[in-house]
Amino acid sequence: MITSTCKNLTFATIEAGAGLKRALELGQAGIIREVTDSGIKGRGGAGFPSGVKWNLCAAAKDPQKYIVCNADEGEPGTFKDRIILTTYAGLVFEGMTIAAAAVNAPKGILYLRGEYTYLREQLEAELQALRDDGKLGENACGKKGFTFDIEIRMGSGAYVCGEETALIESLEGHRGEPRNRPPYPVNTGFDGHPTAVNNVETLAWISCILNKGSDWFRQHGTEKSTGLKLFSVSGDCDMPGVYELPLGITVDQLLAEVGGSNAKAVQIGGASGRCVPGSQFDRKIAYEDIPTGGSVIVFGPGRDMLDVAQNFLEFMVEESCGQCTPCRYGNPTLLEGVEMLRNGRCSAGYLKELVSLGESVQISSKCGLGQSSANAFLSIIEHFKEEIMGRTVDAV
Amino acid sequence: MTLMTQQERLRGELESLVAQYGTARNALMPILQEVQRKYYRIDDYAIQVIADLLDIHPVEVHSVVSFYSFLDFKPKGRFVVRLCQTLCCEMADKDRVARQLSNDLGIEFGQTTPDGKFTLEYANCIGMCDQGPALLVNDKVHTRVTPEMVNQIIESCRQVFGLHATQPMEH
Amino acid sequence: MSDKPISQDTSRAPTSQKRATPIQAGAKDAIGGSVSVTIDGEKTKVPLGTTILEACREMGVHIPTLCHHSDLCIAGVCRVCVVEVEGMRTLQAACAFPITAPITVRTHTAQVRRSRRHIIDLMLKYHYGECYACGRNNNCELQALAKEYGVDFFRFGHPDKPMHDVDRSSHSVVRDMNKCVLCRRCVRTCIDLQEVGVLEAIERGEETTISTYLDKPLGDVVCINCGQCINRCPTGALRANDPTDEVWAAIEDPTKHVVIQTAPSPRAGIGECFGLEPGTPMTYEMNTALRRCGFDKIFDTNFTADLTIIEEGTELLIRLYKALVEKDTEVALPQYTSCSPGWVKYLEHFNPEMIPNLSTAKSPQQMFGAVIKTYYAKMHNIDPKDIVTVALMPCSAKKFECNRPEMCDSGFKDVDYGLTTRELGKMISEAGIDLPAMPKSDFDDPFGTATGSGVIFGATGGVMEAALRTVIELVVGCKVEDLFEHADILPVRGFEGVRYVELPITEVGPVPEIVSHLVPNWDWLKGATLKVAVAHGTANAKKVLDDIKAGGKFSECHFIEFMGCPGGCIGGGGQPIPTSPEIRAARAAAIYAEDADCEVRKSHENPAVLKIYNDFLMEGPCGHLSHKLLHTGYTARGKYIS
Ligand SMILES: Cc1cc2nc3c(=O)[nH]c(=O)nc-3n(C[C@H](O)[C@H](O)[C@H](O)COP(=O)(O)O)c2cc1C
Ligand code: SF4
Ligand code: SF4
Ligand code: SF4
Ligand code: SF4
Ligand code: FES
Ligand code: FES
Repeated sequence: MITSTCKNLTFATIEAGAGLKRALELGQAGIIREVTDSGIKGRGGAGFPSGVKWNLCAAAKDPQKYIVCNADEGEPGTFKDRIILTTYAGLVFEGMTIAAAAVNAPKGILYLRGEYTYLREQLEAELQALRDDGKLGENACGKKGFTFDIEIRMGSGAYVCGEETALIESLEGHRGEPRNRPPYPVNTGFDGHPTAVNNVETLAWISCILNKGSDWFRQHGTEKSTGLKLFSVSGDCDMPGVYELPLGITVDQLLAEVGGSNAKAVQIGGASGRCVPGSQFDRKIAYEDIPTGGSVIVFGPGRDMLDVAQNFLEFMVEESCGQCTPCRYGNPTLLEGVEMLRNGRCSAGYLKELVSLGESVQISSKCGLGQSSANAFLSIIEHFKEEIMGRTVDAV
Repeated sequence: MTLMTQQERLRGELESLVAQYGTARNALMPILQEVQRKYYRIDDYAIQVIADLLDIHPVEVHSVVSFYSFLDFKPKGRFVVRLCQTLCCEMADKDRVARQLSNDLGIEFGQTTPDGKFTLEYANCIGMCDQGPALLVNDKVHTRVTPEMVNQIIESCRQVFGLHATQPMEH
Repeated sequence: MSDKPISQDTSRAPTSQKRATPIQAGAKDAIGGSVSVTIDGEKTKVPLGTTILEACREMGVHIPTLCHHSDLCIAGVCRVCVVEVEGMRTLQAACAFPITAPITVRTHTAQVRRSRRHIIDLMLKYHYGECYACGRNNNCELQALAKEYGVDFFRFGHPDKPMHDVDRSSHSVVRDMNKCVLCRRCVRTCIDLQEVGVLEAIERGEETTISTYLDKPLGDVVCINCGQCINRCPTGALRANDPTDEVWAAIEDPTKHVVIQTAPSPRAGIGECFGLEPGTPMTYEMNTALRRCGFDKIFDTNFTADLTIIEEGTELLIRLYKALVEKDTEVALPQYTSCSPGWVKYLEHFNPEMIPNLSTAKSPQQMFGAVIKTYYAKMHNIDPKDIVTVALMPCSAKKFECNRPEMCDSGFKDVDYGLTTRELGKMISEAGIDLPAMPKSDFDDPFGTATGSGVIFGATGGVMEAALRTVIELVVGCKVEDLFEHADILPVRGFEGVRYVELPITEVGPVPEIVSHLVPNWDWLKGATLKVAVAHGTANAKKVLDDIKAGGKFSECHFIEFMGCPGGCIGGGGQPIPTSPEIRAARAAAIYAEDADCEVRKSHENPAVLKIYNDFLMEGPCGHLSHKLLHTGYTARGKYIS
């Protein structure tokens, strides 16, 4: 019941432990080189090159370091991490172990969102099996002096805790309020120690990369966005589910794959992503064009785009941590604006002001949530003005 | 008198949780999560004892509890029903499910049934977007929920009470 | 003699929010640990780790701020300080961005100005308050920002009715969350600086508010009334409980004899209410202004400060005698000072088991109240029920203190009203008086003569210095000046959070008359080493107390001065706003200058003090009557909030 449609995933073909074995042979510098060569960028949304991140973390001088796997998957329309954790958790733990070997961290933490509590038991069992198998713990994987173990920590229902510094705050027992950056977690992370935070999918791919080589990974995708990526597809299409596709694919191609060709628009990147209208379906899904953490929501011809803007803004208003002014008060103000539009009571002048406010919120907010909370609203206003302006009061 | 013993028991449990997770501030979340799981809330007494044991201020614990949607100061029902209200489920007609839940439980969203058995809430995206409308009953997920299914879901919860009807509710 | 046993950093903020201190990389870095930065086209070099804000200030470039405060860790939450950093997609908070690589900053581009204006507009959308009916009118950082950015209409609306009830439950602090802009300075003050932990942000997103534990009335939680949060609040959301209406009414009531005592710190601060530089002493101008306001008598709290030294010093000698000679193991040592009501309440809440260590001597304010309504009333034949005693204090906790139910040993409420420096500033303005232009005039008799020891009570270390001046002379029998130049006991001065001093007693003199009824001789102190310490700000106090509980070196101390507020009374919660380390240092300098100017600088030489022991407290210090009037007891409150 809780498995989604997903076919032909590379993960299914990967031999457990092979990547890790090779990683341990390559050693610290070798792993980082392999990851850097693969060109993989973070699959969690921000798209930071993982090799660079690990390199920085490895360079930090501190005997205590942490590897954190970000399993707080909260972006609306994203569920690929759940699939990975349900079926291929071994690859994630392997990726964490590879990361630990790369940056020399004795401790890993999997931060699992509270909504996925039902996965915990099975994950703990898998960890225990790894420990029993000598893959975790002291002298892990039979490598002398290599100590690494993984602990699962739970979230408690806060989307913003997916932001890596908020996640760390939450781990430290605080409100999930993002920190000022710099300093970055790779220097000053959990309890002040260098911490590499990576997405579930990133870690799983890294296991594959170490197994099959960076060249294999680079065969897929574009020059700037290498490799394969999981897409969580939902909304008005025939076959929602998780798809493994190369980055650089156009929206059209993706829609054809999922049976959503009559779509009016597609939201790429979830509530913090952008709404792509039909006229732009030839654009590429890649870090250099439309970046995404993997969420694809398809809107059929009958959808009211104002509903979309409203639902996403409501989401942001509820999930904002509320520490910084632009996001705390800007999003509710935009939401009020949507209400006004809905009632046909928004002047063109005020709409312009709202758009300008949205841009201010984007550039002046403290963390990625506020920096992207207005994306959906702004792109919908930009592309669907026709539909939005001058409404007569909604029927009922 | 019974109140005293209940508080003492709670204190003992909190002390053993602290023994398990440590007195560092980073033990706070797991401790709060355990208390929430067991008592369906984190009450005044628990907050003050936890604060005392971790050497932080009660208002800091209160602040943390109020931040997270799954931690509550007010008592929650034995079963917390959380219906996803985010876009994909919204598009999959979650409103009808919401109405049915409200009807069958006899409460509005945000409320707890007078018998303390059910709390009805909205949640934001719970990662089942391809199979909406989705809802969580405590840790259990239900997908593609239809209004007809609502009754069955609630009944299966009620059965638990039937089975354990003789056990007093904790707290 | 002094050292730094304990970390000076009281902040519990996450490491990334700690104040960015210029990185120690200096030694390692060949370039000398500095980095170049271009601000609005001008290039300069700053130490590595300097924030953009600090660099801008260094260059004279103004950046608006709201949540930033020089006493507190970095928050980076209000975002009004955003600037453009070349190469970064979003704007950066100048206050929170440490410069670790060469960068180019632009501080007033169109984007920057638009964003700041929007942020201010958003704050005003959620800010209920009218400036002309607000205690912070003209001294409000939000108002100043609105002016700076030319706000002439409410772009996104403005609330027309209050959203929160005003909490007036505390004797000291009034909370009006309608005016709160969530800068969280109060939170950082109360948790990091004071370790009291009364205020925190609760809920999240739009619902976020600053709250007490479970939103209980401030009067019911562990608030120590220090008012430090008031001093750092940029708006009118936090203010002191203002009794000026009652004071005016008393002045205007012909049947009342209204007496005001003035503490040393307000004199060093009140000039700031009238646009003077911090640290401009206004002692004698203020006396004239108070007379013109209509107070019947103006007394100097220094008189009872001196009395406190005698009582507290005597109490210490008694404790030492009992412990060292009589080998009484019940005696609580070290003895803690008790003149800071914020500190006293802190101890009552957080370490009630240490109450026996607190000196039973009342604070100077409360001693004075009791003396006025007994000694002075008798001397001048005034019915004490017709006397209204007002205390001008730098402190908001004094308001709570004078309302303690036990503080009525004269048979009446010893001190009727506690007035802060700010409130007196307001009264003086209301009376149309231009303080700096006032002619000077002296205090009234019979308590007129001040000593320098009483004056320095206002600064951290002052009570200790005053006590040492007296104890040394009483015990050693020589002049303090022989040991410390100008009788300035420098090791106890300064702003280090915790200071520790050892004074070996090599000589002893004869027992002077004033304490001759208590000890036969000083021989038992010969060869002993007096160990004393000073801590200011309750976060520092907590460190010392924790050390004592752990049996550390502070547990060996004989006497410890604790002040609730950072900097001591000159940084009190009733002093003019704003506050900063520089402002407090300037006020302290004024106080030490006044001390240096005093003819009599030691408490036991104050003629008025000697006279009161002669004429009224005839059994001497710690005698029966002084116990009744000048000493008190404490309440073990505990930290459990019911
Ligand atoms: C509001 C917000 C929510 C986020 N949620 C997630 C999340 O649920 N999972 C995730 O992996 N990354 C999330 N991120 C991105 C993380 O901050 C971080 O960039 C990521 O975990 C790094 O891993 P990666 O480099 O492997 O992608 C979120 C970021 C923001 C701003
Ligand atoms: S942008 Fe929003 S979520 Fe991020 S720190 Fe600011 S208020 Fe919190
Ligand atoms: S707090 Fe400031 S802005 Fe608000 S009413 Fe008072 S003076 Fe005006
Ligand atoms: S007065 Fe002092 S103790 Fe009370 S809330 Fe303010 S800072 Fe905290
Ligand atoms: S009460 Fe004052 S100091 Fe505290 S957050 Fe509000 S505005 Fe800031
Ligand atoms: S939108 Fe309902 S589960 Fe994601
Ligand atoms: S002053 Fe910099 S963010 Fe508030």
